[in-house]
Amino acid sequence: MLGEGILKGMAETARNFFGSYFSADRMTTVEYPEQRIAPFEAARVFPFLVYDAKNPGDAADWEAGLRCVACQICEKECPPKCIYIEKSTGKKPDALGKPQFYPARFDIDISVCMSCQICVEVCPFEAIKMDTEFELSTDDRFGGLLLDRKQLAKSNEYYHQIHLTEANGVDARLAAEKAKAEAKTKAAAGAAAAKATSIAAAAAGEGA
Amino acid sequence: MSDFQTHFASDSEKLEGWNRPAMIAPDGDGELLEVAMGPHHPSTHGVFRMDVALDGERVIRLKPVFGYLHRNHEKIAEGISYLASMPYTDRLDYICPITNNWAYALAVEKLTGQEVPERAEYLRVILGELTRFQNHASSIGFLIQEMGASGTPLMYAFREREKILDLFEELTGARMMVNYMRFGGCRVDASPVWLEKARQVVESLPQFLDEFDRLLSSNEILMARTQGVGMLPAELAVNAGVTGPMLRASGVNYDIRKVDGYGIYNRFNFRVPLGDHGDVYDRYMIRLLEMRESLTILRQALKDLPAGPVMDPKAKIRGFRPKPGEAYGRIEAPKGELGFYLISDGGPNPYRYRVRPPSLINLTILEDMCLGQNVADVVLIFGSVDIVLGEVDR
Amino acid sequence: MKTVEEIKSAIEAAVLGAAVEIVPNPSVSGQHSLRLAPGYVLDVAKFLRDDAELKLDFLSNVTGVDWPDKEVAEKVMVTRTVAKTVDGVEQQVEETVSETRKRVEPGFLEVVYHLYSVEKKHGPVVLRMRTVNRTDQADLPSLTPIWRSAEFQEREIFDLYGVIFAGHPDLRRLLMWDNFKDFPMRRDYVEPDDFEYEPTAHDAVLKRAQLHQAALTGQPGEEGRPEMGASQ
Repeated sequence: MLGEGILKGMAETARNFFGSYFSADRMTTVEYPEQRIAPFEAARVFPFLVYDAKNPGDAADWEAGLRCVACQICEKECPPKCIYIEKSTGKKPDALGKPQFYPARFDIDISVCMSCQICVEVCPFEAIKMDTEFELSTDDRFGGLLLDRKQLAKSNEYYHQIHLTEANGVDARLAAEKAKAEAKTKAAAGAAAAKATSIAAAAAGEGA
Repeated sequence: MSDFQTHFASDSEKLEGWNRPAMIAPDGDGELLEVAMGPHHPSTHGVFRMDVALDGERVIRLKPVFGYLHRNHEKIAEGISYLASMPYTDRLDYICPITNNWAYALAVEKLTGQEVPERAEYLRVILGELTRFQNHASSIGFLIQEMGASGTPLMYAFREREKILDLFEELTGARMMVNYMRFGGCRVDASPVWLEKARQVVESLPQFLDEFDRLLSSNEILMARTQGVGMLPAELAVNAGVTGPMLRASGVNYDIRKVDGYGIYNRFNFRVPLGDHGDVYDRYMIRLLEMRESLTILRQALKDLPAGPVMDPKAKIRGFRPKPGEAYGRIEAPKGELGFYLISDGGPNPYRYRVRPPSLINLTILEDMCLGQNVADVVLIFGSVDIVLGEVDR
Repeated sequence: MKTVEEIKSAIEAAVLGAAVEIVPNPSVSGQHSLRLAPGYVLDVAKFLRDDAELKLDFLSNVTGVDWPDKEVAEKVMVTRTVAKTVDGVEQQVEETVSETRKRVEPGFLEVVYHLYSVEKKHGPVVLRMRTVNRTDQADLPSLTPIWRSAEFQEREIFDLYGVIFAGHPDLRRLLMWDNFKDFPMRRDYVEPDDFEYEPTAHDAVLKRAQLHQAALTGQPGEEGRPEMGASQ
């Protein structure tokens, strides 16, 4: 019969149309922005800088707790070159107590950033991670999309909120590094103390 | 001289023997109507222009014009490192970023001789076949929409595509611009949770394919509009460098997954559908059948996925300097043969980085296929070539 | 499939006088190429396409490569007669000194063809052709009459590198607009820097944008902001 194919097709359409009232599988739209889908844990939008606050929840010491040491590796590896870093002149101690440089200026131009996540991959200090916030449109054409250090700095607690498993992994790695460094200093201190006592004993032995 | 006059004043009539488009003599003695279809056009799959000379409704001459999306990807790649080009390859054929990444990683691995761990190969196949599925689904959807079906099959295809894109986002962090492959493996391992979700998606897709088939394949309007339209003979297809579903629809058995056997495709049992006539209907059916074969491969790959690392442990992320030399690596991307030709001079950046774009080369015979047909068929034939301007223009 | 040496001998046997040179590929891929002299290329290409054993009927990829002029510094031993005092007597003595001489090796443009066989399912066979120089003798014969797939790809090489393909049916620019001057993919291409204002510019880009703003409007803009109603 001519038209049989068309009728079969219309039966399919009818099934989808009426089915969308009953089965969730066929109703796939979400009325954004009143309803929102929770983002996936791995989702990445634009980078942000992680800082460790001494007192959790205290946003005042973001500058002191920034993990970034301005090594500029992310700036070199960024494909569209959207990161701009200016190293500081002085140093300040980092989480392990070592004096490190810090970024006096750290700009990311998010109108250029392509969310490729290579900066996160190459950072040796776990200082830059991917954020999930995407509603960043602004009406300021001349700088609204250039995020500076203060806008990029977000706390480690926020990082835990958006990427829990990843953040736990990072914390474990940093804690292991810290433990290794402490063990090394303890061993060095022990060796130095042993050396000092042996020198003192030798001096005392000589003096006697 | 206007644009048209420069296009049509070519000397192609002078050449003997090469496969040039057949001359069609216009009836009557009126002037030819010159129409510019595009670049602002709802059906040109992007910013693409066709300068068409019509005699009434029949196409006498057709010249494709593109370059509106030219982003100079090849020159940018000469200025940045090999790894930094990987996110740019996502944006070539932006419907299938996984296969773009794969082709580039394959070319670099050919250049350096790096080994890819087995689990990474399986993951590449799984994601590659998912990409092929969603690409063919969108391609058929867009083709039918250009026929006037005002979006219903397209939206059904997109509904399934959303499931696949959700899988990509969960694994790689981004729906489309995945930046997933690395030289020597994959960036991220797939967790058992993700693999279970992938299995569920693959289980739900055959039902969609059956629905799609019932909706479209025996539809009389579709058959009347696409059968016998845009025929492409096999010898012309091979000589013009056409690859992918277009070539197989003309009856040529050439699927790079079978011919080159790159990766681990030799382990999978799948068929290669071939067409008889080389018209638009055959290309539509080939894509539908290839989606079924993709599901076969997916089931086998998800079952046999071994444990292990996903990156070659000796692979370097920073300071990657391949030794001097060159390599051409190609894969069967959903659109055709996607190849990367790299010349290395020992430095951190490639000396020459060339993308062999299947969409551009498949467009070589667009004129041949459209001559003598009605202008309404031009849109259909063009839709059946399945191009993406990101790849054509790079 | 035959090795590169076997293909070379087959070509030389079939096309008399064809100059074929093997260009070795040091990388692991092992894809060595055959360099052809432009004079015999069409006959060689026809042989490769129609030969019963090779049957390379599928031209996959045509690439252009730019090799610019290279300055080579060589140490040369130069013998010269110099006036020198030997034992208080002025004499003409021959002296051999090593000097560094700089010369310019002329650059050329290269076109690389990757051929496969759909019938025999083998490949790739890589062919190369080089132009004489990059300035006035940058032309090569086109292989479009043999393999139609070269049509758009050779147009692109003409557009981006400036290689003129003799015998190409429709040699126009492909990606750039028709009136564009210059060849963008060449290594010595200078980008124009008179682009429009870039909002979030800093340091070098900002200074350039401010200079252009000043040139356009006759007065320096504030942080590069275009004045309302300024002529563009």
